[in-house]
Amino acid sequence: MSDMAVITRADARGMITLRGDLGSAKMKKAVKAATDQAIPTSGQFLGNGDKGVAWMSPDELLLIVPYDGVAQAIEVLEQALVKTHFLAVDVSDARATFTVSGDGTRDVLARLCPVDLHPDSFGTGQVRRTRLAQIAAAFWMHDAGFDVVCFRSVADYAEGVLTRAATTGEKTGFFA
Amino acid sequence: MLILECPYCGVNADETELHAGGEAHLKRFGPEASDEEFEGYLFVRENPKGVHLERWQHRYGCGKWFHAARCTTTLEVFGTYPAQTLAPPKELVAKIKEKRPDWTWREFGGAST
Ligand SMILES: [Zn+2]
Repeated sequence: MSDMAVITRADARGMITLRGDLGSAKMKKAVKAATDQAIPTSGQFLGNGDKGVAWMSPDELLLIVPYDGVAQAIEVLEQALVKTHFLAVDVSDARATFTVSGDGTRDVLARLCPVDLHPDSFGTGQVRRTRLAQIAAAFWMHDAGFDVVCFRSVADYAEGVLTRAATTGEKTGFFA
Repeated sequence: MLILECPYCGVNADETELHAGGEAHLKRFGPEASDEEFEGYLFVRENPKGVHLERWQHRYGCGKWFHAARCTTTLEVFGTYPAQTLAPPKELVAKIKEKRPDWTWREFGGAST
């Protein structure tokens, strides 16, 4: 029996919580300038783990930028959003990121999260904020698997439950 | 297991991703209110055996508060709607009345609505 997935703790990523009016032209320009991406639609993730943007709520985005480019990205945002009501905060060091790769990644997350992970319901480019076992987490799907983000204070717990889910038991076959 | 669709995300959120916030559409009475009004605001609740209007928070998701119409005995969910309103949407009331013709809830669901 082989493991369903490989869990890897990713290197530190630059993460910025950006809140404001996601429908405004200024916000569109700001996100483009900071990440080269458009404003994602509800539940969408655009870009990749180096530079991307995740839809978090109707007035919140999570921007992913290189770790040492955060200060510069926030400066870009602040300039683009000047005189509007917004919030741009560096949350890089408050977060931990795990990559889940392999052929049983859907099974691994389905064991821990109350989310319909069938390919008909969840696919590449989608993001979901949810509960991972007993903690809050968010994940998005890309071509090589899932990226999972949680608070760094519970990173060891997340690594533990993810690893256990990935290395015990068999695949359900529901997600083939 | 209770599943409610968050009207902000469109996500079908599991009960364990949500936080219950008690009765919906409470009218707040402040310092100038009478004792009866303040008592009503603080303590008097519908608590129906049937379709109830409730507040829920998508706590493990977008974090927003929304409203839900749910039967307290069968757990049937009639619908959810955003919290930026003082009354349930007309279509939702109609949907409830279709199945429960006698349903009323505070000032909603009566003959006039
Ligand atoms: Zn939501």
